[in-house]
Amino acid sequence: MNLEDIVQKTKTYYCLECGKCTSICPVSRYDSGFSPRMMIEHALLGFEDDLVHNNKLFSCLTCYTCQPECPSDVDFPVFVREARGMAQDSGQHGICAHSGQLQSLARLMTNPAVRQNRLDWLSNEYRVSDKSDVLFWVGCAPYFEPIFEDLEFSALDIARASLKTMNLLGIEPRLLPNERCCGHDALWTGDIETFKKLAEHNAAQIKEAGVKKIVFSCPEGYRTFKMDYPDYVDLDCEVVHLSELLAEKIGQNGLKLKEVRKKVTYQDPCRLGRHMGIYDAPRKVIESIPGIEFVEMQHSGRESICCGTSAFTNCDAYSNALRAERLSEARATGADLLITACPKCQTHLKCAMTDKGDEHRAIPKIEIRDLANLVAEAIGEK
Amino acid sequence: MAEFEPQIIAFCCNWCTYAAADLAGTSRVQYPANVRIVRVMCSGMVNPIYVLKAFEGGADGVLVAGCHLADCHYLDGPNKCDDMVAKLRKMLHVLGLEDKRLRREMVSTSEGVLFARVIREMVEELKELGPSPFKAKMEAPA
Repeated sequence: MNLEDIVQKTKTYYCLECGKCTSICPVSRYDSGFSPRMMIEHALLGFEDDLVHNNKLFSCLTCYTCQPECPSDVDFPVFVREARGMAQDSGQHGICAHSGQLQSLARLMTNPAVRQNRLDWLSNEYRVSDKSDVLFWVGCAPYFEPIFEDLEFSALDIARASLKTMNLLGIEPRLLPNERCCGHDALWTGDIETFKKLAEHNAAQIKEAGVKKIVFSCPEGYRTFKMDYPDYVDLDCEVVHLSELLAEKIGQNGLKLKEVRKKVTYQDPCRLGRHMGIYDAPRKVIESIPGIEFVEMQHSGRESICCGTSAFTNCDAYSNALRAERLSEARATGADLLITACPKCQTHLKCAMTDKGDEHRAIPKIEIRDLANLVAEAIGEK
Repeated sequence: MAEFEPQIIAFCCNWCTYAAADLAGTSRVQYPANVRIVRVMCSGMVNPIYVLKAFEGGADGVLVAGCHLADCHYLDGPNKCDDMVAKLRKMLHVLGLEDKRLRREMVSTSEGVLFARVIREMVEELKELGPSPFKAKMEAPA
């Protein structure tokens, strides 16, 4: 795709140069050199170098804060995604966080010969069934485990909690022993080739397994399967996020929830909230747990602030400033627990908390857990 | 069909293992030519991505070698390297890669003979394991 195609596809020519996108952009608030309006203008004027061969292109969080504000309905995140595709074609990959390990793992997983050992963590405690037509998508959790072990964050705990909860709701899901990365990060960093291969591998496996419904605990996988896979592969099954499933099932089956005495606030993951419009389900689930006092942060729902990095690129001082801001908001609610529904929000916010800060910039501390962990705690012994 | 010749990428610390490889050469100690050495300043600066990229590029095995614990010119390199390798091993295990494809060694300047032995052992082990599963990507017709 060249610049003109991108302009045509995302209808950026409707841009009025009003600058609403830049004024609301969380990155622009901290990084004055980052301006969505200017990026659109560069594209319209054909200044390819200024847009594509510019590292700032990878600073966009694709968090969809700007798009609903645009009077001309320009889809800026998709515009950025396509422009990143151009950048990748010319050999620019942005500055990948964690030195690009996660991107490399995704590329390695495109290989058809790969036979993973991704279910070693599964114990007899959890009931899974190979005959089930409900699939639980484990996602990157087994890879996150070693990478983020220093952060006291266990992505596999989220998977375990999700399985336990599903079991108690009477669902024995199926797990795929060789599922590949969903390709979310590859897609949003513009590596379409890798994304296509991963999508094809996954779609073929899901078809072979005869799955009718896929449950995600990660909003990124959920978004990718629901919104992006249909453009590339033929996938004929229902895709749900765990919070939707819980919101529907909790209170049924005569299931009693234990009391959890905590003041809780909730971070909307951008992929679940602004991308997919799911704001109510996680809140309903949290509020259905007895003993919980739920409070909203200053910015919540559609206005909630992103965790500062997406697709593991361009994680910098500005990202950390965003995280500090978000953590302060969480702290200011007086809550003692911050719940999020995305493993990546949790890694990023926990990572920010390892920063000691200085006299000008304190990093507030708060306990952070995933929605699945909270529900698993309430639903039975942990 | 010709016998499978594994390709090994070796990240060797400038101060110890690279010099050991040099010593093996000047002392005419024989070892198989399956290894490509990448000189790094310290084993502690070897980033997981270097190893992953080597496998992405089709390496059958990767060796990360540097000074012994007390010999490091930057004090703490070998410990950093051990931590990195331990994490990386867990990741590669999930990915389904055999444990023996990644080897961590400490070889000091005077141990040219040891360096040659490590390479010989690695080549033998990799010949038994066969080509890396990630190689198929390069060799399969597009």
